[in-house]
Amino acid sequence: MKVLVPVKRVIDYNVKVRVKADGSGVDLANVKMSMNPFDEIAVEEAIRLKEAGKADEVVAVSIGVKQSQETLRTALAMGADRAILINAADDVHTDIEPLAVAKLLAKVVEEEQPGLVITGKQAIDNDMNATGQMLSAILGWSQAAFASEIDIEGDSAKVTREVDGGLQTISVKMPAIVTADLRLNEPRYASLPNIMKAKKKPLDEKTPADYGVDVTPRLEVVKTEEPAERSAGIKVGSVDELIEKLKEAGAV
Amino acid sequence: MSVLLLAEITAGELSLDATAKAVSAAQSLGDVTILAAGETAAAAGDAAAKIDGVSKVLVAEDASLGHRLAEPTAALIASLASDYEHIVAPATTDAKNILPRVAALLDVMIISDATAVVDGATFERPIYAGNAIQTVKSSDAKKVVTFRTANFDAAGEGGTAAVETISAADNPGLSEWVEDKVAESDRPELTSAGIVVSGGRGVGSEEDFALIEKLADKLGAAVGASRAAVDSGYAANDLQVGQTGKVVAPDLYVAVGISGAIQHLAGMKDSKVIVAINKDEEAPIFQVADYGLVADLFQAVPELTDKLG
Ligand SMILES: Cc1cc2nc3c(=O)[nH]c(=O)nc-3n(C[C@H](O)[C@H](O)[C@H](O)COP(=O)(O)OP(=O)(O)OC[C@H]3O[C@@H](n4cnc5c(N)ncnc54)[C@H](O)[C@@H]3O)c2cc1C
Ligand SMILES: Cc1cc2nc3c(=O)[nH]c(=O)nc-3n(C[C@H](O)[C@H](O)[C@H](O)COP(=O)(O)OP(=O)(O)OC[C@H]3O[C@@H](n4cnc5c(N)ncnc54)[C@H](O)[C@@H]3O)c2cc1C
Repeated sequence: MKVLVPVKRVIDYNVKVRVKADGSGVDLANVKMSMNPFDEIAVEEAIRLKEAGKADEVVAVSIGVKQSQETLRTALAMGADRAILINAADDVHTDIEPLAVAKLLAKVVEEEQPGLVITGKQAIDNDMNATGQMLSAILGWSQAAFASEIDIEGDSAKVTREVDGGLQTISVKMPAIVTADLRLNEPRYASLPNIMKAKKKPLDEKTPADYGVDVTPRLEVVKTEEPAERSAGIKVGSVDELIEKLKEAGAV
Repeated sequence: MSVLLLAEITAGELSLDATAKAVSAAQSLGDVTILAAGETAAAAGDAAAKIDGVSKVLVAEDASLGHRLAEPTAALIASLASDYEHIVAPATTDAKNILPRVAALLDVMIISDATAVVDGATFERPIYAGNAIQTVKSSDAKKVVTFRTANFDAAGEGGTAAVETISAADNPGLSEWVEDKVAESDRPELTSAGIVVSGGRGVGSEEDFALIEKLADKLGAAVGASRAAVDSGYAANDLQVGQTGKVVAPDLYVAVGISGAIQHLAGMKDSKVIVAINKDEEAPIFQVADYGLVADLFQAVPELTDKLG
């Protein structure tokens, strides 16, 4: 079985983002970019399936600017076998909407015929939490979102999901789309030899036109603003003072 | 113009708080019809009919709709979509599972976690863990939107909407429910509680997390946790507050042994009053706290629990 893992290049989760003065978006020029953390978890899971003999090939795919190559090389260094880059934008500030990403991924799935697609639960830039579910709808495949455990048993997979009340386990028919939540695994770091090896692994480049997909956005960004600042409060010296302040504020 | 709103239902019971908050968010968009879908949903439908501002309730009962599996519920909503311009829901994990699927079936974009309605096509939503607020305008014929409940007051009760029964769509038969592991708790629900007490890595162990629970019980509060506390097994996954967990905005939020990473702040910084207890006076949590206490939590928390009437 082949496993397809879509990986997105996003601002590193440690970077403090700045909203651009003209309100057009967030400043992404010259900031540290990394693989979306949920996608590292997805790549790790795919590699573990391969190591366990349940998958025979792991293909990483990214849609975005040409610098997304670096993100794909990270996936290859972790252990993916090959990569596909769909060059969909020239400007680092152009983001492709989940609907368009899902349509492109559906075409890649048609070509590659994977038995499983593992996406991240959400990209930490736009926080849409949508692409996997949309892809699954377009393909008419089963969907298991927010996975914390995946157990493949022949032509179905048992997936435990993180939901509001706790955990839910469902059984999905393969082929399936699974979206990775935080507790699915702890991703490995790529070793230096593997980073070197990754440079020689195949990376195909495509464009949305190759797949005949229109990526015109459906949402127009009207403006982007800083959130309201919270003014810092005071330090209290003791538990007694804390209780006194809370009583004054009517909070307890 | 009309709105179809997917009610939040768990095991046949309406989650009134989440549903009523979504109703108030959707109010300005048009007439609100609620869809109550489940294996049993009639009682939930009747409860939803009493929410102010609801004009109609559709009840769909079918075994396939029982455990909110995405595929059958999304198929049902897509089959109803032609009558509505907006399809909305509270941004619960169930709706985040189902609505993007509905949007793709209708070939429209999803608008996730909207925090404000500007007009029928324009919504505000936080991006980058709430470090920026984006206003987006949809050019799609139908808008599929989830609303972040922490940002809306619940609509009141007193409505008398008509209730109509409809049938489920064909079950695509792609997935089956196996089991739920739900922690039973008498404490208030995290996203609707007036007070939340959260513990972080500083609490140190699952056993000591009882300190957080005792303080919460004294205050009649819900219990929350940082990702680090959940990852370390001190607290259950559904207690995680933050960018990728639950978003809360209670009247009082008490953060104990939590450093205040942006991913955590994203889930609680709209709380009315924030208290932080941390032994490191440089911890970033103090930058958002109204009242900060620099102290060892193992002393301060039992003392606080003890001294609160
Ligand atoms: C005109 C316009 C301008 C915009 N400008 C900006 C801007 O300046 N800055 C900005 O941040 N946003 C911008 N947006 C918003 C942006 O287009 C979407 O809101 C955004 O793509 C939301 O998706 P997400 O990445 O959060 O996806 P999610 O659905 O949260 O992603 C889930 C998973 O899907 C997969 N995935 C998602 N995207 C990709 C990808 N490209 N390649 C491979 N896998 C992927 C990954 O596995 C990921 O973990 C703009 C939108 C428009 C219309
Ligand atoms: C993709 C992604 C998503 C994430 N999503 C979330 C999310 O939704 N929610 C979330 O919370 N995090 C999230 N995180 C993790 C986040 O970045 C932080 O790692 C996490 O919030 C840290 O938890 P913490 O504050 O409990 O632990 P730490 O940062 O380790 O802080 C522990 C604090 O306890 C204090 N302390 C220790 N001992 C004592 C004592 N005896 N008395 C008093 N104070 C003490 C310390 O001074 C320290 O400040 C996410 C990260 C990533 C990459």
